[in-house]
Amino acid sequence: MSAEKEPLFSSKNIKLLTEPLNDSNPITVQVLGICSALAVTVKVKPAFVMAVSVMVVMAVSNVVISLLRKTVPPRIRIIVQLVVIASMVILVDQVLKAFLFDISKQLSVFVGLIITNCIIMGRLEAFALSNKPWQSFLDGIGNAAGYGIILIIVAFFRELLGSGTVWGFKVIPESVYDFGYENNGLMILPPMALIVVGVIIWVQRAKNKKLVESN
Amino acid sequence: MRSYSNTYIFVFSAIMVIIVAAILSVAAMTLQPFQKKNVEINKKQNILTSVNIESTAKDAEALYEKYILESFTISSKGEINNEVDAFNIDMKKELAKPIEKQNLPIFISSLNDSKQYIIPVYGKGLWGPIWGYVALGDDLSTIYGANFAHKGETPGLGAEIDTKDFQIKFFGKQIFNEEGQFVSISILKGGAADPNSKYEIDGISGGTITSNGVDDMLKDCLSSYESYLKSIKQLTPEMDIENVSEVVSEESQVNN
Repeated sequence: MSAEKEPLFSSKNIKLLTEPLNDSNPITVQVLGICSALAVTVKVKPAFVMAVSVMVVMAVSNVVISLLRKTVPPRIRIIVQLVVIASMVILVDQVLKAFLFDISKQLSVFVGLIITNCIIMGRLEAFALSNKPWQSFLDGIGNAAGYGIILIIVAFFRELLGSGTVWGFKVIPESVYDFGYENNGLMILPPMALIVVGVIIWVQRAKNKKLVESN
Repeated sequence: MRSYSNTYIFVFSAIMVIIVAAILSVAAMTLQPFQKKNVEINKKQNILTSVNIESTAKDAEALYEKYILESFTISSKGEINNEVDAFNIDMKKELAKPIEKQNLPIFISSLNDSKQYIIPVYGKGLWGPIWGYVALGDDLSTIYGANFAHKGETPGLGAEIDTKDFQIKFFGKQIFNEEGQFVSISILKGGAADPNSKYEIDGISGGTITSNGVDDMLKDCLSSYESYLKSIKQLTPEMDIENVSEVVSEESQVNN
């Protein structure tokens, strides 16, 4: 194989990083990981920490599975993937509890929910099982970034319109409230996350003609 | 696709499980002291917040030493028991016991030349446990401060109980009415609370179940301390009158 001569950041590898941000975004194009997009996007801060945790879990488990790819028996590959993801998530949770206690308190149950994030398993199954560790690593980072960007955009609008804050800081001045403006309580509830994701998909497809189906 | 023998599959999964188990237990064991420390500091911070002292993870221990004078447990009949370590009591386990057997922790702090009685509370919200600390002023009825925390209430709704905006509503409210009966604080559904009432506050709109959880938690947990609070109240009746007048004057200032 020519892989030995291939530079670390060849254009093909860069594509692994950038493609999930737009053309093959896990949430808006592959429509994976919607469940956690609903759960953690009420405020920007937990959404951000969730995105970072998913990135760590995804990159590491992609690499581990990619290293094991020639030894994993296909019949139990799903179980192996699940074991790798679950142990990574527990490790991340334990480390957060020991060294970043405040953040761990904020994420509470959501850390455990990373296990159920279908993007991670989807990438292990579709990419890491048949590619080399470095490419798998980039693919993990890229997909987690694509996921994280959408999460943060959704959280930004939900927090702004639902609570009048961004990252916990008040951005809508008191005087606006005096005129009768009120926070939209509906934005805090999960259905609005779906609608916001829908709007993002709409905007993205309007801009990116590649994504429009021909039928 | 290559085929693998059953033996290979069994050996592979056995090795995988053993390696994973080893990694996780090593991680859990090495990280445990740090985690315990964090939980302890967090608890001290929560206790300090209930008497309105802001602390960081770094200075929490020093401040705790400075302001919290003593801690002990009492029975539901009001008898003091010094043998149990009040700080390390797990409220969840304690409340599961029959009421006569419960060791109820209480922390006493000293601030602004008066004593505060800090009572831990524990209950359930919508998704999981909620807990907190309620500090009573030295008339043993007026709430000096309150701090609540939760495991996983809905962000933006029920989770608001851990914000200052919600906790500040408790200040100056009373848990005993003028006849000396225990009434607790009622948390009413959005906007229904009478602003002049000393025993009612507004809940969180959209977080009704969590608000009800706080309401139940206060009623359940504080009522166990009723006999103890009444017994020390009787020892110092003259203080009572003094403080009531103080509270009234404070309130009229607020109204102005």
